[in-house]
Formats: sequence, C-alpha cells, structure tokens
Amino acid sequence: MSNHGSGSEGHQVGSTKLFVTVWVWLAAVTGIEVFLGYEQLRPTLMLTLLVILSVGKAALIVAYFMHLKYERFSLTLFLIPPTIFCIMMIVIVFFPDSMRILQLGTGAP
Amino acid sequence: MHEAKDVALDSLWSGGTAPFATHSKKLGMWLFIVSDTLTFSAVLLAYSYLRLANPNWPRPFHFYPAIVKSTGMTLVLLASSLTMVLGVAAAHRNDRRSTVRWLVATALGGVIFVGLHMTEWVELFHEGYSPWGTPEGIPLFGATFFGTTGLHMLHVSIGVLYLLFMAVGIGRNKFTADDVEVSGLYWHFVDLVWMFVFPMIYLMSIHS
Repeated sequence: MSNHGSGSEGHQVGSTKLFVTVWVWLAAVTGIEVFLGYEQLRPTLMLTLLVILSVGKAALIVAYFMHLKYERFSLTLFLIPPTIFCIMMIVIVFFPDSMRILQLGTGAP
Repeated sequence: MHEAKDVALDSLWSGGTAPFATHSKKLGMWLFIVSDTLTFSAVLLAYSYLRLANPNWPRPFHFYPAIVKSTGMTLVLLASSLTMVLGVAAAHRNDRRSTVRWLVATALGGVIFVGLHMTEWVELFHEGYSPWGTPEGIPLFGATFFGTTGLHMLHVSIGVLYLLFMAVGIGRNKFTADDVEVSGLYWHFVDLVWMFVFPMIYLMSIHS
C-alpha cells in the first residue's frame, strides 16, 4: 500500500503509548480550561488564559498527531511563522479598538 | 521517483519535485490547512472582539446540559483523533483491515459529535436563541455562536464523508498509506479548531 511516495520513511515515528500520552495531556488541559471557566475572572484575562492553553493544545496536536515534529524542519518554518504573522496582523488591527470601546463604556453595568 | 526523492533529501531547497521531502498531496493539504486556519482565525478574532467589547454578552450555558455536553463532545473529538492516528499507523503497516476499522471508528466519533451538537442547537432554539436573535436582545451572540459552530460542524461533516470515502477506497485497495495520512491531517485540523471554539465560545459564556 505504501509502495510509492517520497519521504514515507520518516513518519512512522511515535508509538501508540506516545499518542495515548499526548491524548491524556490534551484531555487534562481541557479539564483545566473547564475549571477555569467557573472562576470569576475579567473576560479579557479569561479569554487570554484560555487562548494560551488552547495554543498549547494546538501545538501538541500539530507536533504529534499531525506529525510535523517528524517532518523536515524546513516544512515547519514554511508553514508556522507566516500563519502566526497573519494572525498577529489581524490582532493588531482589531484589539486596540475593542479596548477603547470598553474604556469608553456603554453605560451598562 | 527515487531520483526525485534523493534530490529532496540531498538539498533542502532545490528539491523541485518533492519540496520539504513530502509528497505533493500532503503539501497541498498543509497549504489548505494554513488557509483554513486563517479563515477560522478571522472568525474567532471577530468573535473575541465583539465578546470583549460587549459587557452584556449573553451567558446561556448551564453546567448541565450545555457544559457537560460540550466537554463530552471535546473528548469524543479528541478520541477520534487518537483513532485516526492509529488508522494512519495501521495504513503504514499495510494492515488494510485495521485501517478500515480505525477509519470507520473515527468517522463514528465525528457522527456522535455532530449528533450531540445538533441536540445542543435544538435546545438553544427552544430557549429562543437563533442566528438572528437572543432573548437578551443581543443578536450578535446568535450570529457568532451559530456562525462559528456551524462552520466547524460543516468541517466535521465533510470530514466524516471524507473518512468514509477513504475507508471504502482502502477496502478496495485504491488508496495508499500516504492518502490516509493526508485525510488524517484534515481530521486533526478539525479537532484542533474545536480546541479553540470550545473554550472561546462555551467557556466564555457559562451561566453565572
């Protein structure tokens, strides 16, 4: 079945045990997030913490489940930094204004 | 084919036929994933902007059923990623029977996810939430909630069809292990997106 293809030899790294370990970590971080959801935090702080935890989960999924850790490092360099750059550009455009509206207030409690 | 592989392995940047020593389908799927990442980033950042700028944002999600259900959905989707990984490993071992079995198990996880999600949607409809309105009078909540989760649910549904298509094809010996790996990339990406949708949308609107 896998008799064609360049670079097939590199990806069979990673045992079932490793994948189950990664899965347990992902489930554990999900548990932390649900716990955090019930803490009374300011929405900005809450969203920041949740996104940081989720970026950690995304990194685990990309590195182990999506095999990027076992590919050429040049592929990682090709895919990840431009994506982060584009997302940061959206963040820079959006968020200062959202904070400005919060500070002006809407008159609501 | 072997020459192409050697070129790619010898030199990092001049492997014209196999850049990054990957095959073209895999590279194509990665490029699709990057573009889809930006789609979801735009959606989720727009949502975050509206969420933070609005102190009266609705908080309709009670511990039961909404949070219990959505946490369960998260675990189901994570579990389906695990079965997908095992399916790809089986495909690389040339074990077609287990590959088909793991692919069907993964698709089943997707079906359970969509099923639970639909019951969740129906409950919200009954409570008066819709894509164009909420009982609190903040239609943006409905628009962002149903828009974002709907876009994700569409991805899961397409993924289920993709995986079943792959399972049938593998059963008939029409696809290679590399093809299974490419479908795995898509499935893991759908899982990854939910890892953002769940905390940002559900956990930010827990009923208090």
